[in-house]
Amino acid sequence: MAILINRNTRLITIGITGKQGTFHTLQSRDYGTNVVGGVTPGKGGTVHEGIPVFNTTYEAVQETQANAAMIFVPPPAAADSIIECIDAELPLIICITEGIPVGDMIKVKAALRGSKSRLIGPNCPGVITPGECKIGIMPGHIHMPGNVGVISRSGTLTYEAVYQLTQREIGQSTCVGIGGDPVNGTNFIDCLEMFQNDPDTKAVIMIGEIGGTAETEAARWIKANMTKPVVSFIAGAAAPKGKRMGHAGAIISGEDDSAESKFKVLQECGITIARSPAELGQKVAEVLKK
Amino acid sequence: MNVHEYQAKDLMRQFNIAVLKGGVANTPAQAVEVAKQLGGSIWVVKAQIHAGGRGKGGGVKLARTLEEVEKHAKDILGMQLVTHQTGPEGKKVLKVLVEQGCDIDHEYYCGIVLDRTVGKVAMMVSTEGGMEIEKVAHDSPEKIIKCHIDPATGLTPAHGRKLGYALGLKGEPLKKAMAFFDGLYRLYVEKDCSIAEINPLVTTKQGEVIALDGKLNFDDNALFRHPEIEVMRDVTEESAQELEAGKYGLSYISLDGNIGCLVNGAGLAMATLDILKLHGGTPANFLDVGGGATKETVQKAFAIILQDQSVKAILVNIFGGIMKCDIIANGVVDAAKELGVKVPLVVRLEGTNVALGKKILAESGLKITPANDLADAAKKAVEAAKGGK
Repeated sequence: MAILINRNTRLITIGITGKQGTFHTLQSRDYGTNVVGGVTPGKGGTVHEGIPVFNTTYEAVQETQANAAMIFVPPPAAADSIIECIDAELPLIICITEGIPVGDMIKVKAALRGSKSRLIGPNCPGVITPGECKIGIMPGHIHMPGNVGVISRSGTLTYEAVYQLTQREIGQSTCVGIGGDPVNGTNFIDCLEMFQNDPDTKAVIMIGEIGGTAETEAARWIKANMTKPVVSFIAGAAAPKGKRMGHAGAIISGEDDSAESKFKVLQECGITIARSPAELGQKVAEVLKK
Repeated sequence: MNVHEYQAKDLMRQFNIAVLKGGVANTPAQAVEVAKQLGGSIWVVKAQIHAGGRGKGGGVKLARTLEEVEKHAKDILGMQLVTHQTGPEGKKVLKVLVEQGCDIDHEYYCGIVLDRTVGKVAMMVSTEGGMEIEKVAHDSPEKIIKCHIDPATGLTPAHGRKLGYALGLKGEPLKKAMAFFDGLYRLYVEKDCSIAEINPLVTTKQGEVIALDGKLNFDDNALFRHPEIEVMRDVTEESAQELEAGKYGLSYISLDGNIGCLVNGAGLAMATLDILKLHGGTPANFLDVGGGATKETVQKAFAIILQDQSVKAILVNIFGGIMKCDIIANGVVDAAKELGVKVPLVVRLEGTNVALGKKILAESGLKITPANDLADAAKKAVEAAKGGK
């Protein structure tokens, strides 16, 4: 069953005719994702790599009954594309774009409240349900179908965790990259709740990082609501104070959002922590044996 | 991106925020000239660097005569100013702001930041002006009053009243404070700030409400629509290596260890620093080559890492997703040959085209230590750095 996406997902790509949009749409289709259309204003009515292109998201949804969108629009116009997807009442919007102004995302966040849409990202690798559907830029071949849910703020670090699982022949139910930006559509708790309710998920890996309080809030939620085991790693223990480490979200400003204090809260809430990112696969194997 | 106080105040004037009259000077003679033009009998000479806590470090001085203005400017210009935000090496002062004095009645704090937990901007005020606000937040959080502002309504008079009354203001000063809050919020939103901080905001004996200091940071991702902010960039305040890296789409931060790191992805790059520390090593830098790195960017990344003389070993950790391992391997080999890399090189490759990438490294004839996984890579890099001492 997995969460968010599966065999029945019907995907459109926003910004499908761009270089990145084309490449990753084809990669997703090759993986088995049902790509039903794409949107590029001004190119409506054409066919790109065998995929019908529309001028607007509204039109694409009307014509293809798409239920998910993947956004590859450059940062200055990406927020507008998300709003277009909200207007088209798409249930799932996955925005890969990195570098959207925070001010734009504050408005998007307001537009999402009370809407019919869920946004994943921006600045994320996307979502994959191994063996069924891939929406995003992650390498499909490192995944395998199974019962571990993965949630992360990072891209390549998620691949690292997934790879460690697959090497141990531990498969994944769904892997969700929620993105590295300070304002995003879906947080850890949203995903944890979905995994808790998903019969196919037996354990969850949560990969966080310094900055913000999303991980500590998630930890308290897990303690109060979750019966499935959670393994967690927080990146950035070695980061100096006040430095932004690539992700806009990863700036360590006060004592509360350091890796150390996050590890502490996670542990207090009964979560299995991996001090080293190389231990994630092993720790999951341990909790699954219990 | 950061700007200087005098630049922040120029922007504040555009949003009808009251600031003191002043002018910027690069020499003591210019400072005297500015003071003469301002008139009056009291001036403040303020060091212009991108860091707070300047007063405590001796970078802000009061002058009662033009001779004192000259003397203070002479002392401050060229000094290596150390504050709690500059690090122990301090920052060299190249400019001073000379301002009129004023009769302070009370000092307050006002700041705007993003509250990530709700995805909204929050405006905060405190009666504890002039203090380090982090300390106030820690010791007496009840003294900080907050408003979350919905982007649909913007800051309304209701927010202004809540904050103004919380500061104990009434009458004309209350009205002026409300106008100030409104101006600062509009500035924050219209110019895509990431931090706006006025510490202190003061009331004067004459009932004025004045921003005595001003710190503005801007969202780098929004600078494309603010050329007027981009021109304020002071490159002397930024690390030359970090600027150079940025030109090639690399994200580089210099650290104080001896193991150079070249990684793809910010999260994996942070995790690589962490695992080096866990194995007893110290990273010399954070470097994320990004998702779309080419042979050229990998070479550039090596060049930047090697500029740091303390680097005793280099760890390359690549998880190829979009990025193919063979491309990285070619970049590593070419860079090592062209730059004549003398330090030990530990390379861990995984992901797309990994077999091809490993073959390229093995056949290069270079002394490269291959690593099997993350822990193995960290262990080998730490050993290599120790051996290189």
